[in-house]
Amino acid sequence: MNWWAIVAIYRFEMARTWRTIWQSIVSPVISTSLYFVVFGAAIGSRISEVEGVSYGAFIVPGLIMLSVITQSIANASFGIYFPKFIGTIYELLSAPVSFLEIVIGYVGAAATKSLMIGIIILGTAYLFVPMRIEYPLAMLAFLTLTCLSFSLFGFIIGIWAKNFEQLQLIPLLIITPLVFLGGAFYSISMLPPLWQTITLFNPVVYLISGFRWSFYGLADVALGWSLLAIFGFTLLCLGVIWWIFRSGWRIKS
Amino acid sequence: MGTMISVESVAKTYDSGLVALNDVSLQIEEGEILALLGPNGAGKTTLISIICGITNLSAGRVTVGGHDVVHDYRAARRMIGLVPQEIALEPFERVWNTVRLSRGLFGLPSDDAYLQDVLQKLSLWDKRGAQVLELSGGMKRRVLIAKALSHAPRVLFLDEPTAGVDVELRKDMWEIVRELKAQGVTIILTTHYIEEAEAIADRVGVINRGEILLVEETQALMRRMGQKEMVIELQAPVDAIPEALGKYNLALGDDPCRLVYSYVTQAGRRPGITALLSDISAAGLVLRDVQTRQSSLEDIFVDLVREPAA
Repeated sequence: MNWWAIVAIYRFEMARTWRTIWQSIVSPVISTSLYFVVFGAAIGSRISEVEGVSYGAFIVPGLIMLSVITQSIANASFGIYFPKFIGTIYELLSAPVSFLEIVIGYVGAAATKSLMIGIIILGTAYLFVPMRIEYPLAMLAFLTLTCLSFSLFGFIIGIWAKNFEQLQLIPLLIITPLVFLGGAFYSISMLPPLWQTITLFNPVVYLISGFRWSFYGLADVALGWSLLAIFGFTLLCLGVIWWIFRSGWRIKS
Repeated sequence: MGTMISVESVAKTYDSGLVALNDVSLQIEEGEILALLGPNGAGKTTLISIICGITNLSAGRVTVGGHDVVHDYRAARRMIGLVPQEIALEPFERVWNTVRLSRGLFGLPSDDAYLQDVLQKLSLWDKRGAQVLELSGGMKRRVLIAKALSHAPRVLFLDEPTAGVDVELRKDMWEIVRELKAQGVTIILTTHYIEEAEAIADRVGVINRGEILLVEETQALMRRMGQKEMVIELQAPVDAIPEALGKYNLALGDDPCRLVYSYVTQAGRRPGITALLSDISAAGLVLRDVQTRQSSLEDIFVDLVREPAA
């Protein structure tokens, strides 16, 4: 293993985070706080409890997931797309590094950044709504795995994208709707039976459900399915990345 | 000194069907400076990219320091530093950080003293805290060289390092190249400035349409293919070459007062200048001036890659 290379990539990518601290950390925290104000304090006060949890507190896991998923994808896709765009990818390709080391460096940095955002949002939530976390370790594990798996997914998008428009395409057209419709703001038991069945095809449902379970012990689907979904997604992304580096798809002619 | 880089029957066909390299074989000796010359699109950058690992080869085998660039890529790449043709640098990053990244990528721990030395030699030390986007084009090119040297490579590729570079930087760059050569670093450069190749390279390789046309010692190539010309200026114009001078390789110049004599200066072969000059005098022609000129590597290069007549 070329550990120095992993450290070098990780530090270089984290330097970007500190350089753009307002855009990287502060802005997602502000926009999530606005959700708390609107849904938690303003509208939430008129919505009854969901399965014994106040609405403001109920949406916290979903909001964290929303931020963490979109930030992981944005960080990781930009992290690898930018070297492609400006041509500095030559250095990565000509260095004695394996695909695994490149992925650990880039995805590790992207996941770290979104994990930081997730934890800051969680802290912010305590300021707005009464919170409890029943299974803190499970919560951290779900959060970390989500950061990792969606950073892996973002890395794939960054390699796939040929321009800045494509970079935004999948997050905007697919991921954001899936997260919004994945139970971030409601329990799927609140939907009509037909929509409940349709919703089960949305993989994000399983992530949010598992994550919410770690807070309140409430889940839309069995915990086993949530674990399977998150591990399955991580493995799928790893498999695709392994294939990308093996074939050189879109990075090496 | 053994072989540092061995390229054996390498071919490269891009997905588009473009054949960039066709059965290229080349041996590069340790510690030499090899200049690769060739017109745009000849395959120079593709060859360098294959050796460095940026492009996959379609057929053949490449080793660097005895290490296969595909199967033993880590050991092979550790030996190589690459200065690419295009200026590719993260614009918002600081010079020091970007050079440190390069060293790390090559598997080495930070060594501030070494990197300071590299930056000082390249007159970049004062700019170490500057963002790359604040630098001039020449300075950015120096940063690329600093990155390539950050892990003390045994082989350095310079892909058109002096394209669009001012005279001062060019001189500095060749100074650095000479210094590296003195340390035993093998250097492969591509350039369009043929006079530079002539001045600095131990050997010259000419590549065109994906094939190596020749690889030869610069001086030997100059001797073998370098023709000399003697321009003889006469007091009075002539309409044709006098019959008495028919046995010489003479041609009429642009000006009717000029005759051009082409000859080669090879060991064991007399150029025939003395005889020509006395025959000119015997033919009743009066000399006004005589000049000689040696054809440059550029002329040789143009002759080699000239399109075959249709």
